[in-house]
Amino acid sequence: MLIKSLLANDRGGRILLTALLLVSVAVVASNQLLPQDSMLHVPTYTVTLLGKYLCYALLAVAVDLAWGYLGILSLGHGAFFALGGYAMGMYLMRQIGDRGVYGNPELPDFMVFLNWQELPWFWSGFDQFWFAMIMVLLVPGLLAFAFGWLAFRSRVTGVYLSIITQALTYALMLAFFRNEMGFGGNNGLTDFKDILGFSLQADSTRLGLFIASAIALAAGYLLCRSVTNSRLGRVSVAIRDSEDRVRFIGYRVEKIKLAVFTLSAVLAGVAGALYVPQVGIINPNEFSPLNSIEAVVWVAIGGRGTLFGAVVGALLVNYGKSYFTAAMPEAWLFALGAIFVLVTLFLPRGIVGLFNRDSDQPSKARHPTDGDDSGPVTTAALPQEAH
Amino acid sequence: MATTSTHYRTMPEGRRSTGWRALWLLALLFTVSTASTAFAASDDFEQGLALLSEKSFSKKGRAIELLVASGHEQVLPLLQTMSAGELYYRKSDDRIVTRRDADTGYEITDAVSGEALGTVGRRDVKKVAINNTLRSQLTQAIAELQLGAADPGIRKTALEAMLSELTADSLPLLEKRRRTEQDDSVIEVLDIAIAVAQLESSERSVRLQALQALEGSLYPSVRNRLVTMTANDADAGVRKAAEKALITIESRVNLFSNLETLFFGVSLGSVLILAAIGLAITFGVMGVINMAHGELIMIGAYTTYVIQLLMPNAIEYSLLVAVPAAFIVSGLVGIAIERGVIRFLYGRPLETLLATFGLSLVLQQAVRSIFSPLNRSVETPQWMSGTWEINAIFSLTLNRLYIIAFCLIVFFLLHLILKRTRLGLEVRAVSQNRQMARAMGVRSQWVDALTFGLGSGIAGVAGVALSQLTNVGPNLGQAYIIDSFMVVVFGGVGNLWGTLVAGLSLGVANKVMEPWAGAVLAKILVLVFIILFIQKRPRGLFPQKGRAAEG
Amino acid sequence: MTAMGYVPSWLNRDEVFEFLKPEPSARLDLSHNCILYLEDLNVSFDGFKAINNLNLYIEPGELRCIIGPNGAGKTTMMDIITGKTRPDSGKAFFGQRIDLLKMSEAEIAAAGIGRKFQKPTVFEELCVFENLELAMAGDKAVWPTYRARLSGEQMDRIEETLVLIGLENDRWLRAGILSHGQKQWLEIGMLLMQNPKLLLVDEPVAGMTHQEMDRTGELLTSLAGERSVVVVEHDMDFVRSIARTVTVLHQGSVLAEGTMDQVQSDSRVIEVYLGE
Repeated sequence: MLIKSLLANDRGGRILLTALLLVSVAVVASNQLLPQDSMLHVPTYTVTLLGKYLCYALLAVAVDLAWGYLGILSLGHGAFFALGGYAMGMYLMRQIGDRGVYGNPELPDFMVFLNWQELPWFWSGFDQFWFAMIMVLLVPGLLAFAFGWLAFRSRVTGVYLSIITQALTYALMLAFFRNEMGFGGNNGLTDFKDILGFSLQADSTRLGLFIASAIALAAGYLLCRSVTNSRLGRVSVAIRDSEDRVRFIGYRVEKIKLAVFTLSAVLAGVAGALYVPQVGIINPNEFSPLNSIEAVVWVAIGGRGTLFGAVVGALLVNYGKSYFTAAMPEAWLFALGAIFVLVTLFLPRGIVGLFNRDSDQPSKARHPTDGDDSGPVTTAALPQEAH
Repeated sequence: MATTSTHYRTMPEGRRSTGWRALWLLALLFTVSTASTAFAASDDFEQGLALLSEKSFSKKGRAIELLVASGHEQVLPLLQTMSAGELYYRKSDDRIVTRRDADTGYEITDAVSGEALGTVGRRDVKKVAINNTLRSQLTQAIAELQLGAADPGIRKTALEAMLSELTADSLPLLEKRRRTEQDDSVIEVLDIAIAVAQLESSERSVRLQALQALEGSLYPSVRNRLVTMTANDADAGVRKAAEKALITIESRVNLFSNLETLFFGVSLGSVLILAAIGLAITFGVMGVINMAHGELIMIGAYTTYVIQLLMPNAIEYSLLVAVPAAFIVSGLVGIAIERGVIRFLYGRPLETLLATFGLSLVLQQAVRSIFSPLNRSVETPQWMSGTWEINAIFSLTLNRLYIIAFCLIVFFLLHLILKRTRLGLEVRAVSQNRQMARAMGVRSQWVDALTFGLGSGIAGVAGVALSQLTNVGPNLGQAYIIDSFMVVVFGGVGNLWGTLVAGLSLGVANKVMEPWAGAVLAKILVLVFIILFIQKRPRGLFPQKGRAAEG
Repeated sequence: MTAMGYVPSWLNRDEVFEFLKPEPSARLDLSHNCILYLEDLNVSFDGFKAINNLNLYIEPGELRCIIGPNGAGKTTMMDIITGKTRPDSGKAFFGQRIDLLKMSEAEIAAAGIGRKFQKPTVFEELCVFENLELAMAGDKAVWPTYRARLSGEQMDRIEETLVLIGLENDRWLRAGILSHGQKQWLEIGMLLMQNPKLLLVDEPVAGMTHQEMDRTGELLTSLAGERSVVVVEHDMDFVRSIARTVTVLHQGSVLAEGTMDQVQSDSRVIEVYLGE
């Protein structure tokens, strides 16, 4: 029922979640039930590829929440994604145990290679899945919180904010390239064996990860939708349009931005954590500023400020990327670059905007008077409401 | 400097080689002074040459003495070849030769006349063997011969090479040379050499005096000598004086190493300024975020490469051509970008950022397709390579010096353009109030295009400079774009002086931190510092003030 | 006075222990019959003195008009009161105890000072209804904002305001497509929803027709009494029609104060307005 009320006014969301459900069932069924040589058989390789796209889609939703609704063009979401990925990678690394090349039960191969004698303190605890999962949420969240706390308080906005988020990402990339950091330097973390005891090579594990990505995307989408549907979402849009004015009607703009930005970073981290076991590697290139900015373009192509569009954009561009880099690798950067330019020039509201001409008309259905949502009246009891 | 001292240290017992060398030096004293005259007999030369094929090392030592005494012009190259262990004699007639590997045996050449003597079997030649005593004798002899050379540069180098081996025995020769030496730079080293030689004196006062003379000398060998002295000298007073001299030296060495760091910092800073200053125009004055700025720099660097391809015989002048060419090429590309994309996006900075980033990808890929993804090497003209040696431990590389100068020239030219020309006035007018400027008849579109072209052209010029320092490749621009933005933001947007100060201070800060943090960590620290700094002062070091800047 | 008064919080009081926080009106101490104190304020921009030793006192329930030539410092004064600009020196108190100079814009707004800008600024992407909803007084911290649902009572208030500002039929229109005058009204409506104790209104009738002007005048007069209203306006007819007390600002300080007639006969005021 909660889901129903969230999607009451969100046709795109309804389509998306239905499609997600259908595709997941179809993919799993075809992979498991149909014979390998059947036309409709989906090979495991494709399942993993789809899972990867879903992770990108979740990242795009996170970017859209920050950019489309709050107006923060973050060029640092690639970094949050990568941090989530590293947290997961560290868990997977510890799971290898003594099956590494050097057979050290405690230390990952690259540490043995560097002649390290013991595990650095920040690696402890990552042998526990629950701990790693907390870190997946906490590390990107804390970084976003600390960064946002500084930046929003001193009212760094607009392109300045974009540029310093990019600088942050760049600094992180340089840092993770260093062997001394203890995250595998250039090569990053790889050669993973299993997750929660299931082999990463097994078809069933890969299907499981695909389903987990689909669920994460659906949950992330609904969470973001619940924010954008709430008054908090409307305040966010107000902040995007006129930050100062929001202050003068009594909202602590910094805190609202901080909360939404941190939420968005955490979602990006989750996407990264699901991405790593599916691609089997995480290295510092994931911090590359290009990745962050690409995620922004997915959103721009799909249509910013719609959430649904972000998913569409991420899927389309990444499908295009897979196709192009296989068919004509030379052309991919030309195509991507052209997309950047053309979308900003001719398609400011993205693909979804093309089909949804009046999407920015606030709809009546959003409102309790017209909708069926007569949820509990939470604010009425507060003393401030008495005039 | 104590050049008139006549106190010599007596020869310690048990140091035969030194004693031997003293005798030999006495001979040398005689010979070097007469070497330039035609007095020497060619007999000496022939005799010495003959003795070289002897087995006995002492006879070979005698041979060297005779050779030196002969004053023959071929002596120096001969001794150098011998010292390098490449001198042979033909067994059949004891003729001194050099050899080269051939298919069967060796090709041999007369070591003196250079006459080709055909090919011989592998067993037909034998090496003129040398031992340690001979080797040091050779080194000394070569040095002394060079000391008598006509070119002051060779004399100076020879003296510097000698510093670590000087003993009291060398003193008479040095003092004699000192009396006739004309060249100031040689005199300087000569005085130091004399003082070093005097350190071996048995007289306490001479040693003290020498120490005084050596205070502040920067030659590493002098420093090593003093370090030994602080530990080994018999006299406590002398040890103390040596320590004092050493402290002075250390502090000077520190001073110069700091100066060197500063130089590297300023050099890096000027590169940053060059890369950022075009951005300071497009971002600072026009408010346009141009993520393709790095690629405009790259285009400048590739222009240099192409120019050198076009004029392979005139590399010396290629840069002079490349600077205006790169300005024009990058400037035109910039104008095309402005007319084609950016002008539709004024007032939408975030979209501009995305679109120009897309352009940067296209430009990179275009360069990859045209020139290959590999790095291209751009040659450095002769006049830009080399170093300017200020003293023994401090020298500045010329290409960096040129780039610092170039950066300043570009900066002040740009400053002049913005402050003194009609275009500059219009640019400032448009950047402050577009509507008003248009109302007053400024063709704002035209000004936009030209300003953007100017900023882009300067990026191209920066590319020419960068091509002299780093590899020219498709990723050249990416490496500088974030740094450039940091410089502009740190300095304060819309303020050229801020860019100058920010570029220099970031460059110096980077280089100061490098020794203890390492290059990558230093860079990270600088980035983190700027990120924090922007929180504290969002408008940079030199913010634009006033009501117009509010909100 | 300040020590025991409003303690600017490094504790996150607004989000925790919400029930411990007294209502703004309870903290607002009007015991000396003065709702706004500005004393010895000074502000300069790059050496230009925008506010020069300004002293101004507003009584509770008063309707005060502030006039003055361009550059007299009217807007800067409002910026100081609402926390947008920090003065170089001086004091600004809301009631007896609330030190405005130590508060952020949002805190000041929450304490009960509302402002209407010279250029109407409404949230263009949101509809009229939502604009009013956001402005409505209430707990504006993050979590309560996320959980907020409109109560019947709140719906009624928005409804009332919609009627008052004449936009009841345009409630679902995007604010961005309203006419200039409608935006002015919407902004006034938002101000009312904030339920402030002190309203700062910057040129409310700019761009309005005579009819609208009259309605605005009536509205402002009716608001005064329960609240204090400070109006900055250039339109002398409008000022004359609503003003009881007029303050003339010139070069950042108060030149004259009194009824419209008194002020208009003041020789210094005439000099400033008509030139030497």
